[in-house]
Amino acid sequence: MSVEARERRQPWILLSPALTAIGLLLFVPLFFIVVYSFWLRTATGADQAGFYLDNWNEALTDPFYRDILFSTLRIAAITTVACAVLGYPAAYFIARSKGNKALLLLLLMLPFWISYIIRTMSWINILGVSGAVNWVLLNLGITSEPIQMLYNEPTVILGLVHFLLPFMVLNVYVALEGVDVSLEDAACSLGSTRWQAFREVTLPLSLPGLAAGGLLCFVLSAGTYITPLVLGGPTDAMYANLVFEAIITQLNWPLGSALSLMLLGVLGALVLVYNHYLGMGQLMKGLG
Amino acid sequence: MGAVSLTDIVKRFGSFTAVQRMSMDIPEGSFVTLLGPSGCGKTTTLRMIAGLIDPSEGEITIKGKRVNDVPIHKRNLGLVFQNYALFPHKTIAQNVAFGLKYRDLSKADMDRKVRDVLDLVQLPHVADRYPKQLSGGQQQRIALARAIVIEPDVLLLDEPLSALDANLREDMRVELKRIQHRIGITTVFVTHDQSEALAMSDRVVVMSDGRIEQVGTPEDVYNTPASEFVSRFLGISNILSATSKGANAGGLSLELPVFGQITVPKEKAPHVEGAGPVKLVIRAEKLLLTDLSAPRDERAAFDGVVEAVDYQGQAARYFVRVGDQQLQAINMIDERPFQEGETVSVRFRPRDCAALPGAPS
Repeated sequence: MSVEARERRQPWILLSPALTAIGLLLFVPLFFIVVYSFWLRTATGADQAGFYLDNWNEALTDPFYRDILFSTLRIAAITTVACAVLGYPAAYFIARSKGNKALLLLLLMLPFWISYIIRTMSWINILGVSGAVNWVLLNLGITSEPIQMLYNEPTVILGLVHFLLPFMVLNVYVALEGVDVSLEDAACSLGSTRWQAFREVTLPLSLPGLAAGGLLCFVLSAGTYITPLVLGGPTDAMYANLVFEAIITQLNWPLGSALSLMLLGVLGALVLVYNHYLGMGQLMKGLG
Repeated sequence: MGAVSLTDIVKRFGSFTAVQRMSMDIPEGSFVTLLGPSGCGKTTTLRMIAGLIDPSEGEITIKGKRVNDVPIHKRNLGLVFQNYALFPHKTIAQNVAFGLKYRDLSKADMDRKVRDVLDLVQLPHVADRYPKQLSGGQQQRIALARAIVIEPDVLLLDEPLSALDANLREDMRVELKRIQHRIGITTVFVTHDQSEALAMSDRVVVMSDGRIEQVGTPEDVYNTPASEFVSRFLGISNILSATSKGANAGGLSLELPVFGQITVPKEKAPHVEGAGPVKLVIRAEKLLLTDLSAPRDERAAFDGVVEAVDYQGQAARYFVRVGDQQLQAINMIDERPFQEGETVSVRFRPRDCAALPGAPS
């Protein structure tokens, strides 16, 4: 075999384990889900193979599903904005702190050592009827009856922000680490205030990190079903809960497949649009 | 009072004192270099003038106005960094115009100033490019253009040439001096590179351990070092221990082991008072090696043996032993360099030497 042929093959040899894993664990199951979504669940509870558009018709036209899709996207958007607003200053602080960056980053990672479900459930101990906040309010005599603070949309968003904030902070932090501190000094020496220098130089240069963190937060929160299950009320279901309900509770795999492909399609389309306007390529233009 | 003056400036970082009670006056329009090894406090001093850090004690004035409490963006300074610090997301024209936005100017005036300064740095054609598309030397010129276009009171340069490769650095040295001369701006230049300092400055401030060792013209600090540190830091010097016998009509009379009696002119020993131990400084290039048969001149001559040769092309650095003293000599090469083990005549003029008080460290 010639040297050139060997060099051409080398990347494929190195990629083959990853390609095999992705192929078997992602594309093959996805293919089955696509096939399933065209099957039909009969009244007897058996799945009938074939090419039926009933599930898709239901997923696309039923206003119940449409409304939940919109509220899912709304919750995801609010969560993303909240993560950006809360996460950016924290990331800036860590990136610009003189010592102990490693410790601060470790503190940021610390929540990942505890299961996401347990972290979500911990809010019950804080905001629940017999939780810490109510205990303080009752003991201080501010209220005589415990207040029900859980099981509504704001607590779902709270739980999501709690879960997703580190992803945002890490992404912004990495971007800020790449922004030379002397750029702000240079801007100030030219006459801009610290705030103007931040707005003109540091913020635009860290946007790729903010965009990446935002995308991650949005996709992860739009696809979640644990948080609304634990912290949401009966009317706070998100789209992934519908999939869960269809597949696990009703055992209606064809409908669940169509619904999950629906969510995948909508999120995929949003990612493409997002990438077009805020994509890395767009932002890095001119950076060579 | 100078364009910039520092009075009793002290800067402490925790328990570490970076700058220890420093005072200096920088005359209007002059090119002053802060020269010293890393950690000597030169960059800290520059950053205090810039307003990037605050002095712990003392007063800084720019054009007669106290600026201790004036924030950096109101000091009207041009600052050029070692890594250029160009804004990567802005075009060259936007980079250069950045400081002009904060000065009430019409769009036409701004465009004209940007064009003029790009002409001045000889890069009129790069306005629409991004910094990453320029070479290091070009980025350096743009950084300079961005700093001077705002017509600052003082131009502060923090090791601006050290990221460039050797040949480009020498070209930029000439270029920078040309531009500084053209616009006549007061300039403070920080470097650890002695050849930059000697080539560019009107005055050199040699610093070590947060203190000023010597202030003077490049010739002053090179030929008449005020301390052993300065003589060791600039060029290559031989520092010999000697004993002063006191001044006479011809100058300062010194007694040395091996070399015997030598008289150094008084102006080459401004800090030596009376008799006692002194250091005799002989620059390596003032020590001439010749064949033993070469005719004698006014130089004192001693026999020595070449112990090592550091060949440099047009010149060579020799390590030569005279008696029990090892000396360094840098000589231009005539026909062929001397060889290791060769016996040569080692010669120098006493008036080329300088004397410093105290025994060598």
